[in-house]
Amino acid sequence: MFGWEFPPFNKGGLGTACHGLTKGLANHGCHVTFVIPKAPLGASSSHVNLIVADNLTLADLKDVDLKEVDALLIPYISGEEYGERLGAVRKVLMQKGLDTQHVDVYGKNLYEEVWRYGQQARLIAMHEDFDVIHAHDWMTYQAGMQAKQVSGKPLVVHIHATEFDRTGGHPNQLIYDIEREGLHAADQVCAVSNYTKQMVVRHYGIPAEKVTVVHNAVEFNERTPSHVQAKLYGDDKVVLFLGRLTLQKGPDYFLSAAKRVLEHDKNVTFVIAGDGDMTPFIIHKAAEMGIANKVLFTGFLRGPEIDRAYQMADLYVMPSVSEPFGITPLEAMRNNTPVIISKTSGVSEVVRHCLKVDFWDIDQMANKMLSVLRHAPLHRELQRRGKEEVHTFTWDVPAKKCLEVYSGVLSRAS
Amino acid sequence: MVSVCFYFQVHQPHRLRHYSVFDIGKSHDYFDHHKNRVVMEKVASKCYLPANNLMHHLIDKHDGRFRIAYSITGAAIQQFEQYQPDVIQSFQDLAKTGCVEFLSETFYHSLSYLFSKEEFTEQVLMHKRLVKRLFGQTPTVFRNTELVYNNELAKYVEDMGYKAILAEGADHILGWRSPNYLYRPVTTSKIKLLLKNYKLSDDIAFRFSNRGWEEWPLTVEKFAQWVNAFNGNGTNLNLFMDYETIGEHQWKDTGIFNFLRALPAELLKHPDNEFLTPSQVADKYEPVAELDIHTMISWADIERDLSAWLGNEMQQNAMKEVYAIERAIKETKDEALIEDWRRMQTSDHFYYMCTKWFSDGDVHRYFNPYDSPYDSFIAFMNIMNDLMLRIRAHGVEIEPPAGMTPAGSPGPRLPDPAGRPEGQQTLVAGAWNGPAKEPAHQVNRKG
Repeated sequence: MFGWEFPPFNKGGLGTACHGLTKGLANHGCHVTFVIPKAPLGASSSHVNLIVADNLTLADLKDVDLKEVDALLIPYISGEEYGERLGAVRKVLMQKGLDTQHVDVYGKNLYEEVWRYGQQARLIAMHEDFDVIHAHDWMTYQAGMQAKQVSGKPLVVHIHATEFDRTGGHPNQLIYDIEREGLHAADQVCAVSNYTKQMVVRHYGIPAEKVTVVHNAVEFNERTPSHVQAKLYGDDKVVLFLGRLTLQKGPDYFLSAAKRVLEHDKNVTFVIAGDGDMTPFIIHKAAEMGIANKVLFTGFLRGPEIDRAYQMADLYVMPSVSEPFGITPLEAMRNNTPVIISKTSGVSEVVRHCLKVDFWDIDQMANKMLSVLRHAPLHRELQRRGKEEVHTFTWDVPAKKCLEVYSGVLSRAS
Repeated sequence: MVSVCFYFQVHQPHRLRHYSVFDIGKSHDYFDHHKNRVVMEKVASKCYLPANNLMHHLIDKHDGRFRIAYSITGAAIQQFEQYQPDVIQSFQDLAKTGCVEFLSETFYHSLSYLFSKEEFTEQVLMHKRLVKRLFGQTPTVFRNTELVYNNELAKYVEDMGYKAILAEGADHILGWRSPNYLYRPVTTSKIKLLLKNYKLSDDIAFRFSNRGWEEWPLTVEKFAQWVNAFNGNGTNLNLFMDYETIGEHQWKDTGIFNFLRALPAELLKHPDNEFLTPSQVADKYEPVAELDIHTMISWADIERDLSAWLGNEMQQNAMKEVYAIERAIKETKDEALIEDWRRMQTSDHFYYMCTKWFSDGDVHRYFNPYDSPYDSFIAFMNIMNDLMLRIRAHGVEIEPPAGMTPAGSPGPRLPDPAGRPEGQQTLVAGAWNGPAKEPAHQVNRKG
């Protein structure tokens, strides 16, 4: 299995999903070798946040081997960021007194590095014993294809997010090409939602029967950390946004709805947790709308701070423009926080005890926000039923589906 | 002797539109006229018109030996008048045959009996006048919304002058008793109780097209055999169901029309079988025993209780809000305002807020004009807020003060959804041991 990240070093949902899936597979007696790119020590650049999720460790994964490949790939990296990162690594390695021959092993740009990772995957594939190759998202598709070429084993590619989701419909051509090539080379494709499946069918020309929907699950500790002091000072109700501040996540729609809510109810504070390319824009916009005193920015949150943010909130809103799955509503529900989620998300296909909106329908979003804040019975029913529901999403189910996909491709191969 | 007694429920709610917070004080138009029209036109063409035709044909064919009863809500009549007047005409034609009885109920298909006897009485009288005006009959038999029933209601209705009342006859209510006799509710002296034979009723209403059912396909011969078996074990066989069963819940291609077309002749082959309407059953037979039903029962779901409408806190809260403004709203004497408020009492609005089998994954059985029970509640409460503004615009004070009951405050006492008497109730929220596996009676109106 090829991934980009794996807890405890993960930045986004992909690492968490891979961890849960491999654990689920291991519980069904399936042995997994997990390959991730890993940069040399001291090479992580400061502007990239790698979070340490303390509740996820390798210790509980008995049947999973982790293999690390020396590479500079990290999740959600852009071409530009890769350039900076490469510069930083070169500097570190030069300082260590290595010669340029050792320093210049990395690709000159992101795409070359992706290709180089693929070449290394070839070597691994030649020396490992396995039946199926499973590759997660575009950076690993080259690796998957290379492994398939040398081993002749069937390839399953898993799509957690397409380039269309990440860019709001303005894909980078090179990345799109890599995605497309990987999807076509695969023997079967797993998509994290029907929503993503449709993307794959519509934008990548993959026949629908080649795509299996494997909804994500969520894995929770037995104990939910409880923050007694979670509430904000004052009597304001709190509405939370938590996610990367990028076009895909819709923070600007959140802000517009906040404005609409505040016109009707002054006693609401909006908290925006996360960081991203839109941060300056969102801060300016809040000021421009005249609601800056009612909108708090927390910056990027880690580990226990995330649970605390959910517990502080009376309502969590995920207004994503395009969300292949979206695990945060489940995290909020686990923390007893009612949620409003965008209809253009994979999670809205499986969660029922929540409110759903079109991300562009500001009035509806504000209407639902106000209703949850005003009506205690609604708030409590969403809390109670939501918490019940969230515990039904275990990784056992997607793991079983993946095993079915594996036996499907194996029987066709033989 | 087996007297087969068919009663069909005809009802359509005035569905609410997605009324938002931002409409409050700006728009007093609460109803989804488009959806209501579309549903009415569809159900009229699939069910009401062809089914009325069939009934008329059967009455003619059997020379008056085939008889049936309807209970048609005021809310349905209002929408027939508005969107599909020919349906009223066809019911009037049926009334003229003399073989059709019309029953009494609350005009708005409301649960008002549980919250306000005054409002309940007014709605029953409104409905009675409507039946008299349209069909030239004064009803003598009463059926409450969704067959919600207990001893106290029977007594109340007896005092209103009715000779019979209908209720659900499920096993766990009756115990060893048979639903195929008349009973006398305890504390009453005259009124007679007719119980639904839920097995045979549901064989037609729910299982008819179910290919997984061991008796599928249901033929008239088979059904007649089951009915004949009651000879000697009962006097009357009550087949109560939604009229929309014919053609809407069970589509035409299931063969439901052909089944019903052939059924009377098949049943009448047995010399001891006959068809009677509920009041004729009450006239012909005497109660065999007293029946004590002190908890509230209904014909809905496995539980046969009030939980479909009052099972969660949202439903209880919304219901409480509606009846809290009764005095104030009547004081305004604003007819349009009172009419809107009464349309809000229709039980379907509360049914759409039910979360108990929303968890079940069984969406296909579940019809809701809203995205979710939560959305139904939001639209409903926003409208309640607008109603309050309109009351205040008349200079009338609302008591208790408008707005939400703060969390944890007791508020007016609600009937227990499981129908248990006071003191035996558990916390409503904790009363659920999981979703019902098979709703015994779907009160949803498909659209």
